[in-house]
Amino acid sequence: MLDSQHPLQPRLDEIIGGLRGLEGPLLPILHAVQAEWGHVPQEALAVIASALNISRAEVHGVMSFYHDFREEPAGTHLLRICRAEACQAMGGAALAEAAKARLGVDWHGTTADGGVTLEPVFCLGLCACAPAAQIDGRVVGRVDADRLEALLKECCA
Amino acid sequence: MKIYVPRDAAARALGADAVAKAVVDQAARRGVAVTLVRNGSRGMVWLEPLVEVETDAGRVGFGPVEVADVAGILDAPESHPKALGLVEAIPFLARQTRLTFQRVGVVDPLSLDDYEAHHGLKGLRRALGMTGAEVVAEVKDSGLRGRGGAGFPTGIKWETVRTAPGDRKYIVCNADEGDSGTFADRMLMEGDPFTLIEGMTIAGISVGATKGFVYLRSEYPDAIEVMTEAVRVARARGVLGASVLGSGHAFDMEIRVGAGAYVCGEETSLLNSLEGKRGVVRAKPPLPALQGFMGRPTVVNNVISLATVPVILEKGAAHYRDFGLGRSRGTIPLQIAGNVKFGGLFEAAFGLSLGAIINDIAGGTATGRPVKAVQVGGPLGAYFPVAKFGTPFGYEEFDGQGGLIGHAGIVVFDDSVDMLGMARFAMEFCAIESCGKCTPCRIGAVRGVETIDRIARGDAAAIPLLTDLCETMKDGSLCALGGFTPFPVMSALTQFPDDFARAKEAAE
Ligand SMILES: Cc1cc2nc3c(=O)[nH]c(=O)nc-3n(C[C@H](O)[C@H](O)[C@H](O)COP(=O)(O)O)c2cc1C
Ligand code: FES
Repeated sequence: MLDSQHPLQPRLDEIIGGLRGLEGPLLPILHAVQAEWGHVPQEALAVIASALNISRAEVHGVMSFYHDFREEPAGTHLLRICRAEACQAMGGAALAEAAKARLGVDWHGTTADGGVTLEPVFCLGLCACAPAAQIDGRVVGRVDADRLEALLKECCA
Repeated sequence: MKIYVPRDAAARALGADAVAKAVVDQAARRGVAVTLVRNGSRGMVWLEPLVEVETDAGRVGFGPVEVADVAGILDAPESHPKALGLVEAIPFLARQTRLTFQRVGVVDPLSLDDYEAHHGLKGLRRALGMTGAEVVAEVKDSGLRGRGGAGFPTGIKWETVRTAPGDRKYIVCNADEGDSGTFADRMLMEGDPFTLIEGMTIAGISVGATKGFVYLRSEYPDAIEVMTEAVRVARARGVLGASVLGSGHAFDMEIRVGAGAYVCGEETSLLNSLEGKRGVVRAKPPLPALQGFMGRPTVVNNVISLATVPVILEKGAAHYRDFGLGRSRGTIPLQIAGNVKFGGLFEAAFGLSLGAIINDIAGGTATGRPVKAVQVGGPLGAYFPVAKFGTPFGYEEFDGQGGLIGHAGIVVFDDSVDMLGMARFAMEFCAIESCGKCTPCRIGAVRGVETIDRIARGDAAAIPLLTDLCETMKDGSLCALGGFTPFPVMSALTQFPDDFARAKEAAE
């Protein structure tokens, strides 16, 4: 348990309090926690567990099952590039390679300056304007190396 | 002056927000009063952003519009180089049979009044005057089968839930749409969310469920936003709540967001996820229809299955059933994607041949090179060579060719594709996305990648190993993730053997 002085506690209680009445509240709580802090802080797991009357291991097991939940914060910007088939048909693999080279990271990596995290995604539903990417929630279609460069410049240079 | 600029994610991905802003700015500069509607997409993605201007003759289109085009469209629309004429006369749209998608791209997605002005709520109103058994019989008679992939008759599933004992039942909408090449669910939710709400409400009142959930993938923030707001509007206007349209039937729903796991599209894994557990697959039986969410009788249906129910109730089962081919009744929203000239959503009666879809409707490849392979039905669907282009689009017809229609995504590849690479990707995807519960899927997929890498290095002896491995995965997996990954792998191997042999020569 956190002691009441912990900086997360008041907001965490608020989040849990607002959602614990749902049927199956764990995913909504994890999403809300991640929306607040950009990741699911270790300290939050025990609090969530005790509020929902399940074990901390169970909360951790659920959290680690899903690709979306992060144990560590991402970089300032999150770049997701679609790896799925329709995007591959339009040069998605080359785009991904260009992004990795440009940023100097592999999948799931964050640039040395903490500016950009690169994540794969399997389909954004933009398969008729492939290849597709998403930068900080903003979707972009028909991305090529030039477009990628422009996007990165726009958000973080 | 009424101007439409889509808010659909594909339109936004191609610059629609900047265009919408330019419309407002340029109109203000000219002192022209403009009503801007952010509609859904008409599904002609190569024309997005597709701007429509309302005229006495009908809605006139322009596309693909860039910010620099906006001033010209406002000043001299007739002579604008991007003018497309009446939108509904564009052949790609005019050739369709739009039933499920009748309102998508047409209406303001969040206006319930606009919805009703375009036949919205007629199906629900009719259903409210019928018994649950009568509504279910109508859905059965329509021949509607699940659009999520398995093609199970929707009416029969509903009947099981309707007659199951239990004081609490649920309607769960599967909006996980994880298949590459598919976006029909997304387009419907962004462009006409009330149709899904209406369909779920009809399902609820007919089977005796008072609560619904939409399990919506996190990769679709726009759809989440529109659905959430639409539920709020529907509740405020008495479509949802303690007494649906004053009928005394209660039905309400929640939007729940997935967390980036492909396997959570599988219905039992989805139910576990909704309950707040790891999204592992449950053994069947028990069927979700009998013991689903929280162990209660539950209808789990795809977005398109549910969103097709309103038009079936509105026009009658026979109207819907009269479209189609063989045991595939009604219409199917084809999603044409990948390397095509005219990609997008095309709703048509079942029965078009694969070749007609790709050559006539989609105009062949975007690159102008010959088509080599077409994957139908998402990452678990088979690759079709051009030699199989005669296959008519239908459940049994695709099954007969060793494939599946799945959620009706069609991904086209030109002759630059390496099919060994695609087979490897199918195995890699299965390994990444396996829920881990069964060995053939979890371990098999990892072995599959290794085996394909051996073939790529020129080890022909690994080919029979790959075939055996696929058999094991097919027979021994708990769900279709491991069970169907052999479809893309084996179709690549058998239909495009040169790509597997060429790798060998290269290595020698
Ligand atoms: C790995 C896997 C992923 C699936 N993904 C989806 C999906 O994203 N959307 C969907 O509706 N059905 C999906 N299905 C099918 C569902 O299990 C289920 O058959 C469907 O939701 C039932 O609804 P329907 O009868 O309306 O098609 C998937 C199945 C498997 C095995
Ligand atoms: S395959 Fe990339 S967006 Fe669908």
